[in-house]
Amino acid sequence: MSGTPADKPKKELSADEVAKLSTEEAMIVGAEVDDVFIVHRRERFPIAGTRAEKRAERTVAAMFLIAFLAAVGFIVVFCGAVPFEWHLPGQGSQGFRYFTPLLGALLGIALGAIGIGTVLWAKWLLPEEEVVQDRHDRPKDPAQQMLTAATLVQGFHDTGIARRSMLKATLGLAGVSLGVVPLVALVGAMIKKPNRGPNQSLFHTMWGSGVAVVDGEGRRIGPADLLPGGLMTVFPGVPGGIAAGDSPTLLIRLRPGQSVKARQNQGGFQWGDYVAYSKICTHAGCPASLYEQQTGRLLCPCHQSQFDVLQDAKPVFGPATRSLPKLPLGVEVVDGTQYFVAKGDFPEAVGPAFWERP
Amino acid sequence: MTTVTPNSDQPTVASPRRFDKPRTPQGKAGKWAEERFGMSGSIRNQLNKVFPDHWSFMMGEIALYSFIILILTGTFLTFFFDASMAEVRYNGSYIPLDGVHMSRAYASTLHISFDVRGGLVMRQIHHWAALLFMASMTVHMFRVFFTGAFRKPRELNWLIGLGLITLGLVEGFAGYSLPDDLLSGTGLRIAEAIMQSIPVIGSWVAFLVFGGKFPGTEIIGRLYIVHVLLVPGILAGLIGAHMALLIKQKHTDFPGPGRTEQTVSGERMYPTYGLKAGGFFFIVFGMCAALGGLAQINPVWLFGPYNPAQVSSGSQPDWYIGFLDGSTRLFPSWEIRLWHHTIPPLFWPTVVLPGILFTLAGAYPFLEAKLTKDRERHNLLQRPRDVPVRTGLGAMAIAFYTVLLLSGGNDLIAKAFDISLNAMTWAGRIALLVAPPIAYAVAYKICLGLQRHDREVLEHGIETGIIKLLPNGEFIEVHQPLGPVDDHGHGQLQYAGSAVPKKMNRLGAPHHSKIRGFLWPVREKAEIEAELRALEAQQAEREQQKELTD
Repeated sequence: MSGTPADKPKKELSADEVAKLSTEEAMIVGAEVDDVFIVHRRERFPIAGTRAEKRAERTVAAMFLIAFLAAVGFIVVFCGAVPFEWHLPGQGSQGFRYFTPLLGALLGIALGAIGIGTVLWAKWLLPEEEVVQDRHDRPKDPAQQMLTAATLVQGFHDTGIARRSMLKATLGLAGVSLGVVPLVALVGAMIKKPNRGPNQSLFHTMWGSGVAVVDGEGRRIGPADLLPGGLMTVFPGVPGGIAAGDSPTLLIRLRPGQSVKARQNQGGFQWGDYVAYSKICTHAGCPASLYEQQTGRLLCPCHQSQFDVLQDAKPVFGPATRSLPKLPLGVEVVDGTQYFVAKGDFPEAVGPAFWERP
Repeated sequence: MTTVTPNSDQPTVASPRRFDKPRTPQGKAGKWAEERFGMSGSIRNQLNKVFPDHWSFMMGEIALYSFIILILTGTFLTFFFDASMAEVRYNGSYIPLDGVHMSRAYASTLHISFDVRGGLVMRQIHHWAALLFMASMTVHMFRVFFTGAFRKPRELNWLIGLGLITLGLVEGFAGYSLPDDLLSGTGLRIAEAIMQSIPVIGSWVAFLVFGGKFPGTEIIGRLYIVHVLLVPGILAGLIGAHMALLIKQKHTDFPGPGRTEQTVSGERMYPTYGLKAGGFFFIVFGMCAALGGLAQINPVWLFGPYNPAQVSSGSQPDWYIGFLDGSTRLFPSWEIRLWHHTIPPLFWPTVVLPGILFTLAGAYPFLEAKLTKDRERHNLLQRPRDVPVRTGLGAMAIAFYTVLLLSGGNDLIAKAFDISLNAMTWAGRIALLVAPPIAYAVAYKICLGLQRHDREVLEHGIETGIIKLLPNGEFIEVHQPLGPVDDHGHGQLQYAGSAVPKKMNRLGAPHHSKIRGFLWPVREKAEIEAELRALEAQQAEREQQKELTD
């Protein structure tokens, strides 16, 4: 093939001439006006009424019929033919278990069938065509380009902004400052100084000297509540203490024979065979909650950091760098029963590290 | 080149057309519109726009269609979802969570799932469509990369596409977080830790986004407006720009007989391609609907409401976030502490690494043009085998990504195959460094092998499977040449960048077999058979004449 079809001289037809064309001829001429050339066009069934044609048409129609039936089925199921109210097994109709699957299947069949029918219609019954279109994506001829460039340059020149430096400077000032306005408005409205305000410090939690140790229901916990090797998630017994993101703390009772070598200056943090560590992983803040009591290892399921409780919750594998902070534990006696209290907050920031943290 | 003449048996108009006085309702509507908008020329141009037909071009279509499905199902969900973190006591029909304290966001998600008629199926279609949206964009990107469709003049559309994938990640993560269940809340907790890990401004960023210390009371409401207005708006705008550039620049095309840099060949938008594409939209929607009804996804009622003290093992995000989860698991515990400041290890795999990956992807078209000194416009695609370096680099990127993605689920793999979790982590760390170069080398070699095979077939012909015994006792395989041969029996055809036929009977039979029928052939009446045969003979003769005149 030499050249593109577009290089051919075009037929220029008057309205009268077009009016005399058949619809198909006019369509072909119209396409050629836009440099779209139908190089091959053929009816799929050049002889009308063959069995093959009828069969193709019937198949497409069957698809549309399936779509119709499935859509009606969807409406019937949706409108109450199948109950949708949830019930515990044995306490009411379990028909709802079929509701969502039926809706999905029927909608899937309805949409799929109408889609398949349409595609088959196009593939089987529409005339077969091979069409070539000129891309028209070559750069415009140089004269055109120069004319456009000149328009742009002259317009810019007419504003005089190149020589009127006062206008340039003042517009620049106004533009830049106005551009900052939306940023200031959004960021200024949302910004919050970190670590300011009640319970907003990344360095402190709600634990403090004398704060009661409670479980998730708010009940006070004492040394009698855990068996050796046991573990419990505890919270500071203050308002909002259970919901706060940095509160969760692991209270662990060591097994007989296990011992923990305390960090520097944290000698008195252990109470008897009880130790307490922040549950918030020092890597990304997930609760490090899988405890293997035989080995004393804690695993965070998010990124698999592992902490060895017997080495004072030191990270022994995975991406975490810092040991879990340790809570100083003490005990107070209320009405003759021993209950745990914190002897102070964690001595360091809890959870994932951040820039300001030493 | 000649264009077709209209089929002779088409009825010609009995009386000439009358544009001034239309008689049919359609004609009247056309006249009404033309007198007001005068767009008949540009409309005809668009109706006749040519779309090439290749299966790999459907990936982008799937992405577009899933976006439409997401908007339709998402609109349904907004009527029932309440993006509030206020605490309520659940008393809906899902008895196992009766009386549990939770956010309104979680409670309204339960409400959609159990108390809104058809709510669950809509939620699940929405989630499946989101997964499909990301997956189809990714595969579409592979197609564009490996065939060189990103080359000049389409670099800008490559960047827009990359922007769509990036925003798709944000959009998906925001939507995934909205139900405020235990799984997505854990994801948000990690997202906060990632923001906090940025040097200098980390805690400021986290406090700005969350409105205070994690979890605060703002984040779900903010993510909601990001998810339903801000990001979808930008996505819709970028998709519009992506499409507008596509229409202006037209599709790329695979090389082949009659294909040139100046033309695009295929089917016209109206009616054939439009019908096919419209039908395909319904097929994609039907698939999503069937998945949404039959395949459970994100059963938030099993996870429970978010609680900072709880987590479940096997916590995995949606698949498109998985590579970041994997990189976070693999990165060693390297923390930098300088002058009373800290750069946490989390910063590198979650902020720096994706930054590098996306920058490299965005820069690739420009790097390749610079290194190959190729400044030409390209409308014809390349077969991946013909550009082994690029194909190798792509294989390398996919290998890197796959190791990260698998590592994002390494706990599940460890459990399923009873492997040590620590061994999985180390395997991932090593594979991340070793797998990409191996993938490059293997892909490169395969490309060369395929190239050689193409040349071999062009030179010696197709293997026929017929073994011939020569008089001297030598056995040879008979090859079918693809075209004229020289004195030595070697083919004269040059490789032209298009597929080389490699199986018997592909030659000389470019059209599909004309036998119709699924289980048995359709038999026509005898007189119709005769008529068809006559027509075919006529057609063949016409084509022969055409070839002679060209």
